[in-house]
Amino acid sequence: MWRDARLIAGKDLLLERRSRVSLGQVAPFALLTLVLFGVALDPDRGVLDDATPGLFWIAVLFSSILAVQRSWGVEAADGARDHLRLSALSPGGIFLGKLGALVVQLLVLEAGLLVGVAVLYGASLTGWALLVATIVPATAGIAAVSSLYGVLAVGLRARETLLPLLALPVLAPVLIGATRSFEAALAGTPNEGWPWAGLLALFALAYIVAGVAAYGPLLEDT
Amino acid sequence: MEPVIDLRAAVSLLGRFPALAGVDLHVDPREIVVLHGPNGAGKTTLLRLCAGLASLAGGTGRVLGCDLRADRRAVRARVGLLGHQSGLYEELTVADNVDFWARAAGAYAEDAAAAMERLGLAGRLRDVAVARLSAGQKRRTSLACLVAQRPELWLLDEPHAGLDADGRDLLDDLLRSAAAAGATVVLASHEHDRTAGLSSRIVTLVGGVVADDTAAPALDRLVPAPPTSGVDDVA
Repeated sequence: MWRDARLIAGKDLLLERRSRVSLGQVAPFALLTLVLFGVALDPDRGVLDDATPGLFWIAVLFSSILAVQRSWGVEAADGARDHLRLSALSPGGIFLGKLGALVVQLLVLEAGLLVGVAVLYGASLTGWALLVATIVPATAGIAAVSSLYGVLAVGLRARETLLPLLALPVLAPVLIGATRSFEAALAGTPNEGWPWAGLLALFALAYIVAGVAAYGPLLEDT
Repeated sequence: MEPVIDLRAAVSLLGRFPALAGVDLHVDPREIVVLHGPNGAGKTTLLRLCAGLASLAGGTGRVLGCDLRADRRAVRARVGLLGHQSGLYEELTVADNVDFWARAAGAYAEDAAAAMERLGLAGRLRDVAVARLSAGQKRRTSLACLVAQRPELWLLDEPHAGLDADGRDLLDDLLRSAAAAGATVVLASHEHDRTAGLSSRIVTLVGGVVADDTAAPALDRLVPAPPTSGVDDVA
């Protein structure tokens, strides 16, 4: 399974390196989202300061939907999905590979967004240990849920609109937990954030385990 | 000798429509069988059923000894399917694609390199993105992926489509070599003249059932005796 995961992740990252879709389209979209929030809330600087953690994670969530649509779009484009089913690759390995590639892309995106909130919103990035401990499990949770619903939606005609409708409500707990944890880190009260980071880790673990178990039937029946 | 394909009254549904409405088909090892029939006769569904991609809704079916009703996934890693879609990643190069699908099938980089050489893709096309290839070149790349996987059962849907004269000759040689090396080939085609000289049997499908099943006319068109080295010679 791990060999299969490495193969799929390597292929997806190679696709990104060759096409630069995440770098050229998803990252600018995420930054544009930050800019628009900034423009909308700038008249009241206090609101923007308070909302920075939430706006950061909303930008991440919206961008992750685009990244997942891209990730499964390439499989649906010319019948590659059928060939994945025909291959000797384990469904759990395919899920972990897709998840791994998505996590790498989202982490790069989030690094850019952190710079964005520092520059555009004037946020002072403190509490790095908690920030990292929030970003890693939250990103894994977002990628796991998105990958799970990505394969579910890919076989459907209205997948572009269906995927956000399916994934975003499920990701609401990640948005809440990651926002609370970021608020604590940026406010210099990290002790209040660690329980949220723990919950995010549990959420990510649950969805990764569910994904490994359910990916076979989902790949089969959609 | 156990048949490679053994379908009895096989039914497969596309939604509620019976694309296969009771197919009886028996294919022995090393045969090259051509499926003829009008559009919508069920040729593609039959190939997908044999690949374990379409489900068996009625009748019985075994492919490479695997029961299609009980565990159709078991057969998948042992068959190679060339369908209407290329199965290629447009942004990746020819070499990237062949290498990936070879590894996904448990084959090695050497198998991918040999397959590209065999299909004439090892030169200037090797590092070209698939998106920039012509339809025929894409077809060759898909075939190279198939060759690199060294399947026991080759399932091909209109494999000559898009290929130039050299490519068609190359494909025919490839299929004969595969059968000679121990593989079994089933291909769907509308090109009766071309496939008549290639196949050992012609099966005609009409309305989801086998309307005719006849041996190819000339004995010298049958594949030669198998070597002892398995299917490795194909690539």
